[in-house]
Amino acid sequence: MAIFLTKDSKVIVQGMTGATGMKHTKLMLADGTNIVGGVNPRKAGTSVDFDGTEVPVFGSVAEAMEKTGANVSVLFVPPAFAKAAVVEAIDAEIPLAVVITEGIAVHDSAAFWAYAGSKGNKTRIIGPNCPGLITPGQSNAGIIPGDITKPGRIGLVSKSGTLTYQMMYELRDIGFSSAVGIGGDPVIGTTHIDALAAFEADPETDLIVMIGEIGGDAEERAADFIKANVTKPVVGYVAGFTAPEGKTMGHAGAIVSGSSGTAQAKKEALEAAGVKVGKTPTETAKLAREILGA
Amino acid sequence: MDLFEYQARDLFAKHGVPVLAGEVIDTPEAAREATERLGGKSVVKAQVKVGGRGKAGGVKLAATPDEAVARATDILGMDIKGHTVHKVMIAELSPEIEAEYYVSYLLDRTNRTFLAMASVQGGMDIEEVAEKTPEALAKVPVNAVDGVDIVKAREIVAQAKFPADVAEGVAEALVTLWDTFVAEDALLVEVNPLVKTKDGRILALDGKVSLDENADFRQPEHEALEDKAAANPLEAAAKAKNLNYVKLDGEVGIIGNGAGLVMSTLDVVAYAGENHGNVKPANFLDIGGGASAEVMANGLEIILGDPDVKSVFVNVFGGITACDEVANGIVQALALLKSKGEEVTKPLVVRLDGNNAELGRKILSDANHPLVQRVDTMDGAADKAAELAAAAK
Repeated sequence: MAIFLTKDSKVIVQGMTGATGMKHTKLMLADGTNIVGGVNPRKAGTSVDFDGTEVPVFGSVAEAMEKTGANVSVLFVPPAFAKAAVVEAIDAEIPLAVVITEGIAVHDSAAFWAYAGSKGNKTRIIGPNCPGLITPGQSNAGIIPGDITKPGRIGLVSKSGTLTYQMMYELRDIGFSSAVGIGGDPVIGTTHIDALAAFEADPETDLIVMIGEIGGDAEERAADFIKANVTKPVVGYVAGFTAPEGKTMGHAGAIVSGSSGTAQAKKEALEAAGVKVGKTPTETAKLAREILGA
Repeated sequence: MDLFEYQARDLFAKHGVPVLAGEVIDTPEAAREATERLGGKSVVKAQVKVGGRGKAGGVKLAATPDEAVARATDILGMDIKGHTVHKVMIAELSPEIEAEYYVSYLLDRTNRTFLAMASVQGGMDIEEVAEKTPEALAKVPVNAVDGVDIVKAREIVAQAKFPADVAEGVAEALVTLWDTFVAEDALLVEVNPLVKTKDGRILALDGKVSLDENADFRQPEHEALEDKAAANPLEAAAKAKNLNYVKLDGEVGIIGNGAGLVMSTLDVVAYAGENHGNVKPANFLDIGGGASAEVMANGLEIILGDPDVKSVFVNVFGGITACDEVANGIVQALALLKSKGEEVTKPLVVRLDGNNAELGRKILSDANHPLVQRVDTMDGAADKAAELAAAAK
C-alpha cells in the first residue's frame, strides 16, 4: 500500500523546464511515475518531449490540477523563487508538495510553513532540501535512484539523501514499502513523526528504519512518539557523533549548538524508546535483518 | 554566520533599534580620534565572538583620548577564551543605567516558528536565567507570516512583565528589532542588555546577530561582514572553490557525496580509529551528487594540502551519478593533480557502491595507481584508511 505516494498518484513538476527539473522528470518517468504536467507560467501551453512521452506545461498549479487531476507536486524551483512556488501549491490545495530545492532561506521556509498552517494544512509538505520519496515499483517523486531496490516491507524515513540510498542498497534484497527523505533543513514540513505514524498505519510495512542526524530535537521527539504509538519494530541510525560544536555539517540544519542536538543524546533517546540503534549504516541494516529474520 | 558586536550595532542602527554611537578600529592610535569624535570620553570594547569579555578585562572606560589609546593598546592582541582581539569598538559612554533587560528573536526549530524571548533580568547569561528562574524569561511564539507589529510587541512586553514606565519604549524597540531580524535574514538577534537610562531612554548596549547564509543571494551586503582573517585557510580555500568543507583535528582526510553520508563516514572512521592509534577524521568534505573529475580534483587538492592528513578515504555511493563516472573522475583527478605538479603522495582508500559499482571498481583496478586501494565496503574501507593513517603517524 505504501505511504504518501502510490501508483495512482498524479504528479506535476514545478520547475520542470529547468535543467535539474528536466533531468529528474525524465528519470521519474523511467521509474513509472505518472507525470501529468509541468508548471511554468512563461511556457504555458507548450509541451516537453521526454523520450516519446509528451508532458504538457501549465501556467499554474491550479490549472494543472484542474486539467489533469494532479495530486502531487515535485518542486525543482531555485531558492530565490521557492517560497512563491510553495505558496502557489498551498493555495491550489494540492495534497502533497515535495520540495527538493536546497538552500532555501529559513525565513522563507518558516513563512511557507506558517502559511500552510493558516490555510488549514491541506497540503502535506515534504522537504525542503530533501531527495523526495519513492514507493518502489509504483511511483517516484524526487531524485531517489529508482533502481536501487524493489518493493518490499521495510519503511524508511531519513533526513539524509545519500544515507537513504545507502540503506536502501544495504537492504535491497528485502525491499521497501516506501522511503521518504524528509530533508536536512532547520524547518521542514513532514517530520520523522509524521512518517512513523503513516508507516505504523500501513499494513504493508513490517519494520521501520529511521535515519537521523545532528541538530534540533526531531529524533528525541520521534523517540517519545515511538514509545507511545508505534508497535512495529523500529531500527535507527544517527549520523554526526564526531561533528564539532557550532559547525554546520553540510545540511543547514546539521549543527550541534552548545549541548543540544548531539548524536549521542538522540541515540540514547531512541534506545530508551526501545529502538535498536546501529553504530554504522551497515550495522543498522544488520539489525533490521535480524528482526525480520531475513 | 555570527557577527561581531560592532556589526550587530551597525545593523541595529540601520533598522532603527536605539543604540549608542560607536566605531570599530584596529590600531591603538585610531582610538584617539574616535574618542575625540565622541567628545573626549569612550568605552573601549574588545570585539570577539565569545561571551564574558567584560570579566576578562576586554571592556574599559577611557576618560580622555590618551586613555583610550592606552586601553586600546592593552586590549588589542589580548586573548579572551582562545580568541585573539584584532579589533576594538570605541563606543559612546552610556548615560547612567537604571535597569537592564533582555530581548531576542530566534528560530524555534521544534515548533517550526519564530520565538520572541524577553526578560526583565538582563545583563547576565540568559541561559542561566532560563535555568534558575525560568518564570523570569517570557517565550512568545511569533508566526513568520504575521510578524511583530506594535500590538504583538506589547503582548511580548506584557508577558515578560516589564514595568509600566518602560513598556511602550521596549515595545517600540521590539518592533525595530523584528525589522532587523526579517530584513537581514537573521537566525538570531539578541540585545543583552537592553537598558533603561536614568534620563528615561531605552538603549541596546550590546547585541548578538547570527545571519542565514542561505539568504546570501538576496543579501549582497552580508559578504562584507565575513571575518575572512579568522577563517581557517583550508576552509577559505575550499569555500573559494565552492566546496562544502569543515576542517577537523584528525589524520584521515575524508571525501564523500552527500552531507549525511559524509557525517556518517566521519563517525565510521572515528570508530575504526579506536583500533588504530586513535586516529580521527581530518575534515568534512561533501562533493555533492555530481563528483566530476574537476570537483574530485579540487577536493583532493584541498585535502592533500592539509599537513595533518596521513591517508585519504574517498567514500562514494553512486545514486543518480554512476560509479564508473566517479571512478573516471578519481583517475582523471589524479592525472590532473600530477600535471599541475601536485602528485598524490598519501595513500588513498576508495569505496564505491551503488549504481554501476562493478564498472567503477574495474576502472580503478585497471588504472592501477600505486597509492590507490579499493575496499568495497564502507566499514572495511574506513578500517583500512585508519590503519594507513596510524602507520604514517
